[in-house]
Amino acid sequence: MPRIVGVDVPNEKPIWIALTYIHGIGQFSARKILTELGIDMNIRAGKLSEEEVTKIAQTIDRDYAVEGQLRRRVSQDILRLKEIGCYRGVRHRKGLPVRGQQTQSNARTRKGKRKTVAGKQSVKEMRG
Amino acid sequence: MSRSLKKGPFVDEKLINKVIKQNQTGYKEPIKTWARRSTIVPEFVGHTFMVHNGKMFHKVFVTEDMVGHKLGEFSLTRTFRGHSSNRAEAVTPA
Repeated sequence: MPRIVGVDVPNEKPIWIALTYIHGIGQFSARKILTELGIDMNIRAGKLSEEEVTKIAQTIDRDYAVEGQLRRRVSQDILRLKEIGCYRGVRHRKGLPVRGQQTQSNARTRKGKRKTVAGKQSVKEMRG
Repeated sequence: MSRSLKKGPFVDEKLINKVIKQNQTGYKEPIKTWARRSTIVPEFVGHTFMVHNGKMFHKVFVTEDMVGHKLGEFSLTRTFRGHSSNRAEAVTPA
């Protein structure tokens, strides 16, 4: 099982898919890395030579923010928005959608589980 | 390069002139403005703006982190008084 930048990459998958197991590497950048290095992207990850694995690891180290580094950067960006008190920061603080989505209904990913309001009639009750 | 980058930042002309004038004289005073669509450029850092939100002016002190945002992002236009159940945590923007 080749380890690349501290992540175990599955042996049995084609390398360009295996690379996407790294946080911060998607299919696009995986393909890009492999074309750049001239490695056949359909080889299974386990079949790569030691040398190729090091080359891939070096390229990622040099050109990409991945894993912890990327996560830190994202949370810092959000923290910055919160600190300067702009609209996007306020939305982050309140745990509401940031990019102008509607909130009258849905938006459950951001808002979390429904908080039922006591005394509010449900649709069913109103019909009955 | 996206089209918007090619066009460069938009800053209200009267506003930037006022800022430059203040920078030259060194005399700083809050600038009342309606130009919410103006990008905050590095020259604005350290100035205070009174940004209109349609009803009143919000005081916005520009720091370095704000460069690249628009003035309007710092002057909210909506009032959320909260739902009946959570009066306590409802925040009414001043």
